[in-house]
Amino acid sequence: MSPRRAELLLWAVQRATAVLLAFFVLVHLATMIYAVHAGLSAAAILARTHSSLLWPAFYGFFAVAAATHGAIGLRTVAAEWLHWRGRGADIGMAAIGLVLAAAGLRAVAAVSF
Amino acid sequence: MIRPARNHPAWWAFLVHRLSGVALALFLPAHFLVLGTALEGGARLERFLRWTDQPGVVAGEWGLVILLAAHLAGGLRLLALEFLPWRDWQKTLAALAAGFALLAGLAFALAR
Repeated sequence: MSPRRAELLLWAVQRATAVLLAFFVLVHLATMIYAVHAGLSAAAILARTHSSLLWPAFYGFFAVAAATHGAIGLRTVAAEWLHWRGRGADIGMAAIGLVLAAAGLRAVAAVSF
Repeated sequence: MIRPARNHPAWWAFLVHRLSGVALALFLPAHFLVLGTALEGGARLERFLRWTDQPGVVAGEWGLVILLAAHLAGGLRLLALEFLPWRDWQKTLAALAAGFALLAGLAFALAR
């Protein structure tokens, strides 16, 4: 894939994950406000996340979208503010994205099953 | 000193969006690690949650909620600017973004 095409693909993925995250974050904000108002406890969190398979599905997609969006965003910041570009930056971005996604899915599994 | 060319609402909106994005990316690993403690049962997660009852930590949470809401609102503004023919609405959108962030933070603070 040419560098220009790769940039275009990353741009499109960044926007697509942004649209998904807009929905995820709105639900997350509403859930957070409800949760702290009802009294934040591990039992309450685990009861909610164990109540339906929709929660792990929701948070699984949320974690992967956030990891992808965050890694691409950090790559842009590194290029524009730190002038860190090229293969090293791309590998760094991919590593950050993969580690974040793995940590996110581990967290979802921890509170869901 | 801020250069005059940068001292306008669209530049501030860009800066808030970028800084909130970096801050959230730095916070995310800690968030995932804490939730991951539930793998060892709820007791350790519960101990951490009780630690977060301290006023200083609650203030930090409030800041994070504002950052998240600001990044969401700023992102929606960017999507609108890129995909909708609304260039003249930049200031309105930036104001709405700031207002939304403040409202979400306030709602969180009141609920906590």
